[in-house]
Amino acid sequence: MDGSLEEKPDIVIEADHLSMMFNMSREKVDSLKEYVIRLVKRQLLFKEFWAVKDLSFTIRRGERVGLIGHNGSGKSTTLKMVCGVLKPTKGRVSVRGKVAPLLELGAGFDYNLTARENVFLNGAILGFSRSKMRDRYENIMEFAELKEFEDVALKNFSTGMVARLGFAIATCYDPDILIIDEILSVGDRDFQAKCHERIDELIGRGTTILFVSHSDDKIINICERVIWLDHGNMVADGEARGIIERYENNG
Amino acid sequence: MKDLNLFSRVFPILRELVERDIKLRYRRSILGIAWTVLNPLLMMGVMLIVFLNFFRSQVENYPLYLIIGHIMYGFFSSATTIGLNAMVWNSSLIRKVYIPKAVFPISVNLSALVNFVFSAIALLIVMIITGARVYPTILLFPVAIFYLFLFTMGMSFALSALNVFFRDIEQLYRVILMAWMYMTPIFYTVDIVPDWAKWIVRANPLSMYIEYARKVIMLGEVPGVMENLYCLLPGIIMLALGGLIFHKTKDKFVLYL
Repeated sequence: MDGSLEEKPDIVIEADHLSMMFNMSREKVDSLKEYVIRLVKRQLLFKEFWAVKDLSFTIRRGERVGLIGHNGSGKSTTLKMVCGVLKPTKGRVSVRGKVAPLLELGAGFDYNLTARENVFLNGAILGFSRSKMRDRYENIMEFAELKEFEDVALKNFSTGMVARLGFAIATCYDPDILIIDEILSVGDRDFQAKCHERIDELIGRGTTILFVSHSDDKIINICERVIWLDHGNMVADGEARGIIERYENNG
Repeated sequence: MKDLNLFSRVFPILRELVERDIKLRYRRSILGIAWTVLNPLLMMGVMLIVFLNFFRSQVENYPLYLIIGHIMYGFFSSATTIGLNAMVWNSSLIRKVYIPKAVFPISVNLSALVNFVFSAIALLIVMIITGARVYPTILLFPVAIFYLFLFTMGMSFALSALNVFFRDIEQLYRVILMAWMYMTPIFYTVDIVPDWAKWIVRANPLSMYIEYARKVIMLGEVPGVMENLYCLLPGIIMLALGGLIFHKTKDKFVLYL
């Protein structure tokens, strides 16, 4: 990893001076009356909050990168920009390849639909046609251990069950990039072990991984490189063990 | 991203969303999809009883006149009211995963169109019961629906985007929709409208679409070029306007949902 030879085809994620601003005062205005009042009072443009400030990094094919930092340091905002959920206020992020995002529990599910219907809905959102999903359906249900609940509406599922289903779908088709935000901590020990097995398998195949966790052990287990964020700024970027140590000493 | 790429990505999502809408609508209902046919028939029955004495003389086949207006207005009102909430109701999806945002208003309109096709069975039933003459021009009925669809789609784009920023649009729109219904010749004929209000009814695109449909179904006439233009233009203008509003604001949705 000697960053000197940056062959472009090798780079799968390129974040170029990313900044994300939330306008705190405007966000709460969602009625016409309030809007007019604030317009008159000229309060509309105050209170900017920069969740991520001028962040640049590149990730190459097959790299396993962890994001660390305290709550509110901009980790999740960064992941959301990479996945395209948020559009950066400034800067640009380009991603090459098929992304499997695991951002939040139950993302891309409709809780009124059954598990079976959700597999196809979620698959479509990830960009897989119905016939592709049909081929993998048994596989997904078996991995998630939900075969007997396939016709039950998702709203009746436990958190662990939803997490299992989400993970099973996201990883069923070899993604090029796996983006995980903390959700591996749900589910029981057996399932977590299974997830790690699947992640190891993906790593073996050269999948790029971008991972957020508050557990240093998990980061060290999975990632070789760590980016440390604090209040939206990058503190450090480099070899995992060294940075985690500094991070821990920092409190 | 290439256009073709975008389509192959969007199509599976649209398909799942439309199926979801239809499944969820009829889940736990005994008659299921039959309601889509039954509902306009029952509604027409009610309107028939209420209005028959007022308007019988003007129209030869009043039940048919009613049901054409009713199902077309019904398509417009249900597609736009659901379209209005297309973003807000799907906020959990929009905030958590990346989906091209336009799929939501489009899927709502496609679901409404599927429902419309079923409700058109009610139209056929009325034609059979009343022994209406079938003209070959009935084949032009889908053209009227196409014009209506363009207009409804444009409205849905605009409303769904505005509703993200101002939730009171929903309350306002209900009133507008009611006024709109009275401005549309669903149960009355244009000639009973007082002169000062005639131009409002005539300039209303919904009236044009419904009159177009009645012409091809009930009178067997082929609408002229100008009539087609009068139907097509409002649809295209609305679609362009709605699409523009949607496109300009779509990146901000996630911050307001």
